[in-house]
Amino acid sequence: MNHGAAAAAQVARLEGVSLSYGKTSALEAVTLDIPSGCMVGLIGPDGVGKSSLLSLIAGARTIQAGHVEVLSGDMANAAHRRGAYPRIAYMPQGLGRNLYPTLSVFDNVDFFGRLFGHQTGERERRIRELLESTGLAPFASRPVANLSGGMKQKLGLCCALIHDPDLLILDEPTTGIDPLSRRQFWQLIWRIRSSREGMSVVVATAYMEEAARFDWLVAMDGGRVLASGTPAELLERTGTVELDAAFIALLPAAKREGYRKIVIPPRPTDADGEAAIEAEHLTKRFGDFTAVDDASFRIGRGEIFGFIGSNGCGKTTTMKMLTGLLDASDGRAMLFGREVDPRHVEVRRRVGYMSQGFSLYSELTVRQNLELHARLFGLPADSIGARIDEVARQFELTGILDAWPEALPLGNRQRLSLAVAMIHAPDVLILDEPTSGVDPVARDGFWRILVDLSRRLNVTVFVSTHFMNEAERCDRIALMHAGKVLVCDTPVAIMASRGMPTLEAAFVDYLEDAATGGQPPDMAAESLAQPPGASRGGTRHLFDLRRMYAYTRRETLELLRDPIRATLATVGSLILMFVIGYGINMDVENLTFAILDHDDTAISRDYALQLSGSRFFTEKPPLAGYADMDRRMASGEIALALEIPPGFARDLARGREISVGAWIDGAMPARAETVRGYVEGMHAGWLAQKARELYGDAAAQGDFQLEVRYRYNPNVRSLDAMAPAVIPMLLLMIPSMLAVLSVVREKELGSIVNFYVTPVTRMEFLLGKQIPYVGIAMLNFLLLTAFAVFVFRVPLTGSLATLTAAAFLYVVVATAMGLFLSTFMRSQIAAIFGTVLITMIPAAQYSGMIDPVSSLQGVGAFIGQIYPATYFMAISRGVFSKALGFDDLSGAFVPLLIAIPVLIGLSAAFLRKQER
Amino acid sequence: MRLANIFHLGVKELRGLARNAMLLVLVVYAFSVAIYVGSKAMPETLNRAPIAIVDEDQSAVSSRIAGAFYLPYFMPPRLIAQPEMDLRMDAGLDTFALDIPPNFQRDLLAGRSPTLQLNIDATRMSQAFTGGGYVQSIVTGEVEEFLARHRTEKRLPVELDLRARFNPELNKGWFGAINEMIEAITMLSVILTGAALIREREHGTIEHLLVMPVTAFEIMVGKLWSMGLVVLAATAFCLFVVVRGLLAVPVEGSPVLFMFGAGLDILAMTCLGLFLATVAGSMPQFALLVMMVLMPLQLLSGGVTPRENMPEIIQAIMYAAPNTHFVILAQAVLFRGAGLAMVWPQLVALVAIAGMLFAFSLQRFRRFLR
Repeated sequence: MNHGAAAAAQVARLEGVSLSYGKTSALEAVTLDIPSGCMVGLIGPDGVGKSSLLSLIAGARTIQAGHVEVLSGDMANAAHRRGAYPRIAYMPQGLGRNLYPTLSVFDNVDFFGRLFGHQTGERERRIRELLESTGLAPFASRPVANLSGGMKQKLGLCCALIHDPDLLILDEPTTGIDPLSRRQFWQLIWRIRSSREGMSVVVATAYMEEAARFDWLVAMDGGRVLASGTPAELLERTGTVELDAAFIALLPAAKREGYRKIVIPPRPTDADGEAAIEAEHLTKRFGDFTAVDDASFRIGRGEIFGFIGSNGCGKTTTMKMLTGLLDASDGRAMLFGREVDPRHVEVRRRVGYMSQGFSLYSELTVRQNLELHARLFGLPADSIGARIDEVARQFELTGILDAWPEALPLGNRQRLSLAVAMIHAPDVLILDEPTSGVDPVARDGFWRILVDLSRRLNVTVFVSTHFMNEAERCDRIALMHAGKVLVCDTPVAIMASRGMPTLEAAFVDYLEDAATGGQPPDMAAESLAQPPGASRGGTRHLFDLRRMYAYTRRETLELLRDPIRATLATVGSLILMFVIGYGINMDVENLTFAILDHDDTAISRDYALQLSGSRFFTEKPPLAGYADMDRRMASGEIALALEIPPGFARDLARGREISVGAWIDGAMPARAETVRGYVEGMHAGWLAQKARELYGDAAAQGDFQLEVRYRYNPNVRSLDAMAPAVIPMLLLMIPSMLAVLSVVREKELGSIVNFYVTPVTRMEFLLGKQIPYVGIAMLNFLLLTAFAVFVFRVPLTGSLATLTAAAFLYVVVATAMGLFLSTFMRSQIAAIFGTVLITMIPAAQYSGMIDPVSSLQGVGAFIGQIYPATYFMAISRGVFSKALGFDDLSGAFVPLLIAIPVLIGLSAAFLRKQER
Repeated sequence: MRLANIFHLGVKELRGLARNAMLLVLVVYAFSVAIYVGSKAMPETLNRAPIAIVDEDQSAVSSRIAGAFYLPYFMPPRLIAQPEMDLRMDAGLDTFALDIPPNFQRDLLAGRSPTLQLNIDATRMSQAFTGGGYVQSIVTGEVEEFLARHRTEKRLPVELDLRARFNPELNKGWFGAINEMIEAITMLSVILTGAALIREREHGTIEHLLVMPVTAFEIMVGKLWSMGLVVLAATAFCLFVVVRGLLAVPVEGSPVLFMFGAGLDILAMTCLGLFLATVAGSMPQFALLVMMVLMPLQLLSGGVTPRENMPEIIQAIMYAAPNTHFVILAQAVLFRGAGLAMVWPQLVALVAIAGMLFAFSLQRFRRFLR
């Protein structure tokens, strides 16, 4: 393997790179050289193009304009990318976005190991080492969904490091993570770097204090590079002493304008009186897990009270108990001296709550959002308009009142959320991580408002945060860990008690004390030092079974752990078969009828007996007259009414023309046609019988006999005809639905990026995903066939082996259709609708289920001739009903055999290996 | 105050729906194009049925029979030899194969009552079942007409005077239109309400509602009335403009009575949608659950095939489904002109089911919000 790149001066060079999403421009003519072998930081607020830049370098996204050179090769060149993937590791933004939440920690790393083609022994050794050095070893079997944010990021790092990359790309790896986890994360990176000389690391971050320790920085804004150089160079150039200030100094003048430092007026000492919020021994248990353990604190009116602690330590749960969203298991939560009672809606009027992530109605405008909340809080209708104007001024929303929230930058959305929480002028504000993911400038603006609310309006603010500079602005803070409140005091007092210069250091000190049982962070990172390239599986083949199997295995595990999908996959099809088998039923029995007999003689009763004696008909009490007939027919009580005219017997004997009246309920035409057929048959039968009595045998024998043989289904049972046709439909619908969702889900949830940036080829990806669903579909086939034979009692007369072989080909086609469709779909809902459209309708209407394909015309006939269900339906019916074997049906196999390579080939051709 | 909350919460839902262009298109499509197309596309019972004739007689009567099958009911008959018959049927090329034996005409005229054989591929479902009757009557008609020129016969003078009420021409389109409309009502009531709740949860806004002075009851009723109103309005539009106007289906009974029944059915279905949304964890799970619930509801409610055909146990279970009663009511009112005096049992059942579903969903919803 060529390691020339490590020796080269630059790990990546960008020249005139531009990128836009529709009309929005993300990068504008970026030209940048990134030095190799060092730690490079991308800094800047949200939405300035940091992530776009990283995804281009990682090869996850198609280059639109410009030139990107990574590891001494052109990233627009597919051959170079293929060679480069095993040398690059990419960890996208978002906590565990490229991980699989239902799989365990071990399974996740294992999946990545397989993607890079490690042998079993090698892979297991590396996984063990990685998990141990990151402290994740004790949680190896825990599903990722149950990990804290910090642990997810460490796991993401394990997955990225499994193949010993030369270039590690981390997109905001520590956003939303508590200081201790953050510190541990960086220690891990430093250790790995010290043991892997020459590895380049490129990191995007919003934390300036982290960036200060990097070797080289790139400051970005508005899709452009503002400046680049070492931290010292940047400070020198701007004449500032800290990076925060340096960054602001680098901003264009227009953006710098609104910025000024926050000044917090001292809190009037006499404000301490009545407590606004009190928690007394508050405890919350979920099952045997204690989320909040005996938390007690007291927050005075007008105080800004900060809540800090590691991820998943119980902050959100405590806040929810204080708002009444959750019931406390033990202890008391009190607001203004009254216990919080979820049923007591009055208390809610005094509280404003902002949940984690901004919960706004994206389908309502800014004004409508404010209006709705004002109305629901019961503000007098005539004061609402004025109140909205007032709040809009206060929160600087006046210009955007008629905008849709999703079109607003994060900072504005956050101000709107706060405005919504404040619309009813509450006395208490409870804010759960309101500034997570928001850039420094917007965060400061937000805090100015909080300070104003507290000091001027005497609003109590209870806020949780991960930013230590925010915590320092609070009057008092509580430090929480593993459900317990460790300390509760002013920031200055907390720093003093630990003798630490910064709040962050004091915080970490507290946590390390508390986590004595935890793993010591100084793990043997040396073991990560591998001879370069030794661990890379080295397989550069275009098709590698191990990589394909990685997807197969992962897909299977996921399927086993998602009960709803797994249920649908197996039991669902049985339920549908049962329902369709009975629902689409052509047999008509138990038809109700009644007779209006004006004659009432032996002959007329004999006529009626023909009907009532038949198994198809059930006789109801005789009709009393026309009115009775109308009424009973209208109510649907009878489907058929017979009227025998007066003098029926007499006229018959004299050979006069007479006619019997029969009224059929035409509301259901299909049933009416059947009734008509039965009645006509019955009438003819009676006439023949009478003729025999009157004229003797000669006349009784008809002119000719028509012998009708219902072939293949002599009893004319609807189920016998239906079941062999339903199996092809279900085997098409459900496997293709599962296959389409398996790909589109990855697109929607973001883990598709693993396909973009690893050496997996399109074919490996497609076939690997297809195999488990083919397996499930075959299981389905066996279940459905058994159900048809043993429950529906449909005779299977032909060769089961032929049917099974055909079913196998058919389900491969069905899953391939799903994969093909998935290459066009982005959202799961659209994929579901789309799959129903291309499977259910053609399978039910154009594949010969009801009408034979030869009877179709136009487009329907064309679809029927090329649609795979047509051929499997022919085979299924041939084997079930017609006692046929392979020799008779071999012709129907050919179209299936052709469809497989065509569909898979098309899917591979349309599947994109990079994001556009 | 409480009524005002319910009102504002509902208005919020309506505004949300107005913003979701794709969903609106789906609603409009389901109640107009889908019903129009569904009604027009209902095929005639028999259309281009493939038939083969083995003519071993080669007589005047046998060619007369062969000439009586023509489009659009039958494909032009293929004249084949006896050994081909089984092969062609096995391959599924013909639905019907009529075998005319040697000396058929001679025996017929001699009064020896010869036998014709009609083979029907019974795997061919409706075509086989209804087409068989057509073939028989065509053959009988041709033979009788042939004989009529050779001899007179004795027949009994009893006529059967058959009339179909409410839909004299047994126009399947009428039935199809009403059936499609009922399916659209069921589907949209469930999907609109359920998706609205899941959306709130996925966007985290439901939590927001809970810290406000509103109750679970108010939130739930707000969703029910707004989404129900949309479906009800769409139903009215569909009934008056599409079904009565464009499709010219004669509606016999009182539209008011039908709309009242529709309202009750919609209430029950929206409650069901809300319940499913509380069970499903995410939008895709909801979509799959909806498929599993809607298909049985629609196929077994008696709208597609008559209830009488189903096993008794299924009939009994389906009495618990609101749209079973609604299908009965809709057919009775719209086709047979039934009045309140006849359909009150269905109305009572709908009220009872809607009430129970409402109580049950409210309980689930309260627990879901905890």
